[in-house]
Amino acid sequence: MEIIKDKPGEKILLLGNEAITRGALEAGVDVATAYPGTPASEIADTFSAIAKYFIKQKKDPGFYFEYSINEKVALEIAGAAAISGLRAITSMKHVGLNVASDTFMTYMYIGCRGGHLIVTADDPYCHSSQNEQDNRYYALFGGAPMLEPSTPNEAKEMTRIGFEISEKLQSPILLRTTTRLNHVRSSIEFKKMQKPRRIGNFEKNPMWVTTPDIARARHPELLKMLKKAEEISEKSEFNKIINIGKPSDWGIVTSGVSFNYVKEVAEDLKLDVRILKLGMSNPLPKKMCKNFIKSCKNIIVVEELEPILENQFKVIAYELGEKVKFYDKSSGHFSRLFEYNPDIVAEAFSKIFKVKNPYVAAKTSDIKLPSRPPALCPGCPHRATYYAAKKAQPKDVIHPTDIGCYTLGRAKPLEMADLLLCMGSNAGTACGLAVATDKKIISFMGDSTFFHSGIPPVVNAVHHNHDVVITILDNRTTAMTGHHPHPGTDFDGMGRPAKKIIVEDVCKGCGVEHIEVVDPNSIKDTTEAFKRALNFKGTSVVVSKSPCILLENRDKIKRGEKILVYQIDQGKCQRCKTCIGRFGCPAIYFGKDESILIDEQQCNGCGNCATICPFGAIHVKEEK
Amino acid sequence: MKEKINITLTGVGGQGVVTAANILGKAAVRADVNVFVSEVHGMAQRGGSVNCTVRLGDVSGPLIPNGSANAILSMEPSEALRYIQYTNKKTKIITDIVPVIPFTVATGDEKYPELEKIFNELEKYGELYKVDAAKLANEAGALITRNIVMLGALAGADILPFKPDFLLGVILESVPNKYKDINKKAFELGIKSIKK
Repeated sequence: MEIIKDKPGEKILLLGNEAITRGALEAGVDVATAYPGTPASEIADTFSAIAKYFIKQKKDPGFYFEYSINEKVALEIAGAAAISGLRAITSMKHVGLNVASDTFMTYMYIGCRGGHLIVTADDPYCHSSQNEQDNRYYALFGGAPMLEPSTPNEAKEMTRIGFEISEKLQSPILLRTTTRLNHVRSSIEFKKMQKPRRIGNFEKNPMWVTTPDIARARHPELLKMLKKAEEISEKSEFNKIINIGKPSDWGIVTSGVSFNYVKEVAEDLKLDVRILKLGMSNPLPKKMCKNFIKSCKNIIVVEELEPILENQFKVIAYELGEKVKFYDKSSGHFSRLFEYNPDIVAEAFSKIFKVKNPYVAAKTSDIKLPSRPPALCPGCPHRATYYAAKKAQPKDVIHPTDIGCYTLGRAKPLEMADLLLCMGSNAGTACGLAVATDKKIISFMGDSTFFHSGIPPVVNAVHHNHDVVITILDNRTTAMTGHHPHPGTDFDGMGRPAKKIIVEDVCKGCGVEHIEVVDPNSIKDTTEAFKRALNFKGTSVVVSKSPCILLENRDKIKRGEKILVYQIDQGKCQRCKTCIGRFGCPAIYFGKDESILIDEQQCNGCGNCATICPFGAIHVKEEK
Repeated sequence: MKEKINITLTGVGGQGVVTAANILGKAAVRADVNVFVSEVHGMAQRGGSVNCTVRLGDVSGPLIPNGSANAILSMEPSEALRYIQYTNKKTKIITDIVPVIPFTVATGDEKYPELEKIFNELEKYGELYKVDAAKLANEAGALITRNIVMLGALAGADILPFKPDFLLGVILESVPNKYKDINKKAFELGIKSIKK
């Protein structure tokens, strides 16, 4: 395993997320926690892989790791470890910090003793997310010192040194990344690995108990900490000025991945500019920023999403009484939307400097290309559940959905995802729709989502007797993010056996009176179960249990079993299109002369198309 | 290395685009060439269009500016056309010739353009190299080496700032002993396929 080599000076190619894990190992991290979510998942996955690697050899990995039930719990576990003097890291996607924010905001008041890095992986452009919120606001909101890397190597170094900063300040700090850092590979240079501490020591102290009197006493301490952090920021190696071309009074302020585009475009456009790269961007090194503003007549601020540096720089310039011209979001040169790239930065710079943009896009072709929207995999058990629910339901049913693979149920021909906000929102919105409308409601969420934040709305539904059908798609994994374990699996993130929590037992404990447990691959039985659930007055739950087909087939191959592929008997097929037009498996397609065929390469062998075919025209073909 | 070399890798989820980009990145580190690779994960991966970039040399980030690709390596013909804004007349467009039909076409909602039309169009944008990767992979001994054939084709296109052996070295390290010969042959057939 290359990533755990203790060979200072050696260079290897790592994903930004792997680099963060490596940085934590170099800092001797003791506790790592996470809830998986794109683009943060591989930080946790790398800890998981390393832990499994050691445990398999009956060796101590040197750290404790878990995929926690949700981000809030993840932060609390790592936070308590850091309060006990251990080094800890918690990673999550940007919206995960919303879930953990209750803990985060008060944790900032009391701080920690061991270093604690909270990694937030933001997703400008919503590549894999429901919004593109800018979590740098959380640094300002909670008063957290913040580091923003531009490259994987810098991410590793910021993680390593971040633990030292955190310990100096006795405060957790944010490591704020974006997709183009998390999912970028580049060369990183190993530094020495530090030994972890392993045993923490919780020293009892009234200050850990944030009753109002303590909170009032702690808030000024938070502000004092930020003063101290500002001094660190002034001297930080991560805040620096880079000169491009000849000395000039044009300055560019930037941070994170935007720096990469700024530097390259400034070089390509042969500009004479000075770039202030802010790696420790909260609190700002105010003296450094003041001197930079004083040395400039024009300042360009390049930052993705919100005008956070822009607004702070304008305040500093105002306080200085300096008349500097700003080129930024409010001047209309940059957008608050989506992620940046070299073209966006080049376009803005060419306007500001009145030079030609050297990057010329080839004209788009007139040929219309077919779209390739993401779809439920061939053989996905969710498709069977959707199909059965659709058969059972009356017209005009509303389908609140949730975060996970099943959002893909919105696509044709299923079209069974009508409302989505965030993790766990399906059941809460289902009840709201039941109150507000006279329609039947069937909502959908996954098993991991159920454990994450789906249980409270189920309890609420039962208590208030909301007339809804809540479907829990139990495929025994957190599939979308890369097949992670959760409390419903019988092993944990370190590969150790774990107590498996049964979804329907939890529902029973929540007081649900009508629970149907089905195997969606028995489409007829599942349809009947949905009918009964719909007829029940009050809250009913359908637990649809079938493992993710990708995991199932992986296990089958490991066990040496064959995956059966299906084919359509062209003699029997009546072209009714049930399989293609109603079920919508992506492995089924139209051949020549309206014939309908199954792509053997794609078929995962669930056999549900054979079940639903009214003419019995689909059957097992051969061994794959 | 003062030069910049930009490569766009495209295809459909499951075709090994991310793996190919990763192999290129590892080879660059071995050859001591500065490298950035960008990938797609999560939702974007499920059956969708996959686009990775590999940048080598004097570059400071992973994203390729418009019109700046030295090569497009596409595992699927229509996907080469999807990222055509990165090409200039000198761009080498290396594509597999076998289409992957999306379900939007399978269900009859959209159309897949005629293959010849795609190739004619690609020829207008750069230097087109068509590779029958499936045939060559089968010739090497395993269809699964299709993306290795394509990497071989890229290695044969004289744009990489390091010898093909760096790529082959990384490929062979990642496969079990019994598949090493097949992968080596696939890679070499790829190189040959592009030499005119």
